[in-house]
Amino acid sequence: MKKGKDLFTEIRGKKPREPISNTNLLMTITICTFIGMYMIAMFVWGGGFLNPQQFLDLFNNNAFLVIIACGLTMIMISGGIDISGGGITALVTMACVVYLEDHGGTVAGSILMALGIGLFFGLLHGILVAYLEIQPFIVTLAGMFFARGMVTIVSIAPRTASHEAFLSLKQMRITIPGLGYYGKTGVFIPAQIELGVVIALIVVIAVAVILKWTRFGRNLYAVGGNSHSALTLGINVKRTKFFAYLLAGILSGIAGYVYLLHTGAGDAANATQAEMQAIASNIIGGTLLTGGVGNAIGTLFGMLSLKTITNIVIASGLTKPYYQSITTGLMLCFFILLQSVILAVREKGAVGLLPEWLKPGKKDKKKNRI
Amino acid sequence: MGSLIKKFTRSQLAIPLFALFLLVIFNLIRDPSFFSIDIATNNDGNAVLSGNLISILNGASAIAILSIGMTLITSSCKGQDISVAAMAAIAGSVFVSVLRSNEITIPVLLLAFLFGCVVAVLFSLFNGILVAVFKIQPMIATLILFSAGRSIAYWINGGATPTISSPLITAIGGFIPGIPIPTPIIIMVVFLILISLLLRFTNLGLYTQVVGINEGTAHLNGISPVWIKLIAFIISGVCVATAGCITVCRIGLINHETLLLDAEMDVILSVAIGGNALSGGKFNLYGSVIGAYIIQALTVTLYAMKVPSAAVKAYKAIVIIVIVVFSSPVAKDFVVRMYKKLFKKQAEKEVQAKAA
Repeated sequence: MKKGKDLFTEIRGKKPREPISNTNLLMTITICTFIGMYMIAMFVWGGGFLNPQQFLDLFNNNAFLVIIACGLTMIMISGGIDISGGGITALVTMACVVYLEDHGGTVAGSILMALGIGLFFGLLHGILVAYLEIQPFIVTLAGMFFARGMVTIVSIAPRTASHEAFLSLKQMRITIPGLGYYGKTGVFIPAQIELGVVIALIVVIAVAVILKWTRFGRNLYAVGGNSHSALTLGINVKRTKFFAYLLAGILSGIAGYVYLLHTGAGDAANATQAEMQAIASNIIGGTLLTGGVGNAIGTLFGMLSLKTITNIVIASGLTKPYYQSITTGLMLCFFILLQSVILAVREKGAVGLLPEWLKPGKKDKKKNRI
Repeated sequence: MGSLIKKFTRSQLAIPLFALFLLVIFNLIRDPSFFSIDIATNNDGNAVLSGNLISILNGASAIAILSIGMTLITSSCKGQDISVAAMAAIAGSVFVSVLRSNEITIPVLLLAFLFGCVVAVLFSLFNGILVAVFKIQPMIATLILFSAGRSIAYWINGGATPTISSPLITAIGGFIPGIPIPTPIIIMVVFLILISLLLRFTNLGLYTQVVGINEGTAHLNGISPVWIKLIAFIISGVCVATAGCITVCRIGLINHETLLLDAEMDVILSVAIGGNALSGGKFNLYGSVIGAYIIQALTVTLYAMKVPSAAVKAYKAIVIIVIVVFSSPVAKDFVVRMYKKLFKKQAEKEVQAKAA
């Protein structure tokens, strides 16, 4: 931390502007892409895109995905991977529904159960990956299998929640004043967001704060950047990784509860492919799988971009179901190549092609990695 | 004898073989007739072998072939290719489209398989170029085809799930008249032998391991990591096409959504259970194949125990966790330390006796 005097001098003095870091650069690209894409969509296809409710539905329908993706961001920054998010979500939805229906539980009890299941999986993954040094892919794959299998063991058939207190939570809406659209009968329907969106936004802000302003967040970046260096710096690598998986597990539990708030039913087919979409959101949002680079805000915009592309495809009349996956694949391809090219150009050569603010720091490359 | 046992326990195949052994013992205890093989007559009136053992070997063929390709990719690229199942769907779709437009004879079959191979190799090369040339993480690069692959297969088929039927198809997917062993098993064995001969008698096996262990050193020694990785992806493309075609022949139709669904996870698991490090380096093809059989044996065992199919995943997960925990380096260190502590006194006595 700089002393007060130096900070003051820095503001006043003529220090050259510090070059933008990898994380921030990729995040900026993602945000610009999303805003650009949405603007183009509003101009070209108008209609649905001009409806604020559709924009808010991007959040309403995918709040759980944002929460899973934020947990995954922390893990990916530390250099690991977690593909159990969707499975834990499905298990939490089924377990909470069965608890509310069959065992006459309270809403508070179901929230505790969601957190407990998430905590259990987080503990399991954390111990196996961090302390037993097993490959994270295998551990979280086994965790996913276990969670999906347990969903059907808890209840073979899908169950819908009909608990009154829970239903009142589910139907709670926050109206945004001023925004809205005119329905078919000319009635002004104000734009609304669900409770889950508020939870998701709180999670995104919390993860962003953790990553940027806590020591734990800094340790994540260090461990992901180079775990041997982190170890010699005195960072407890195992404990850092353990807590990353633990937090991601808890967040998956919260995501499960948010999913339940959105759909109100437990089903073995809930949240399929959620983990792959979370990974895609992270990639588009600028998190590298190798670790050391990543951002929660970027992940949020990555998810928004991913879902917007699907909406654009539907709006442009390509209704065959395969077009959505193919365009998602193309978009992923574009972003992956873009990231790879930009990072390679920054770190290796051809620096002359870049504008001044994009160039990496001349003296100390490692300082600017975060 | 003692040194032979020591050599065996140190080898990579020890834990997978031990796991398979435990599974076999478990089944024999639970139901002694589990592994009985009967001679039955199938629909075409041929005498064929049938039984749980045969269904294990048969069902695992596609996964085993895929895991051969995956082992090479894991070893050289230090990552996994999660699009193999989607590419198998694409190869199967091409295979079926060629067969549907022509009368099915052996040359047409070979041509269809060749087309499927070429298409699968091209898609695999796409992945390979992203990984080898652009140096993107394999799991990220293959995520593209993972998302889009099945839709591409759907597009090739024009959105339908076409069927093919012919005695030749049932011969490949089922039994060749006169041979009691199911054909997929034969195809898998032949494939495994060919690939291991290729890896043993050319330098490919050695070079793949070198590139996985230390790419810089390989480069300094004159091995091109880019080419080795591309070759790994090409071989994987051939594996994918074979697995896709076998599965299509067995089922008789191509359904892009359900063909080898979630198979990529089983394939990665079999590579890991086979003792291969998922972070690259030395590999053992037989380990992966044994891993594939372990997973299939586990599934068949669970079905025989009347576990509902959706819950099979949970039990699979428990067994996988137990196996990987025991093969983790930390667990191995622990076992070695315990062993030394227990037998320390005896070893010290021996040393003293020798010195005296």
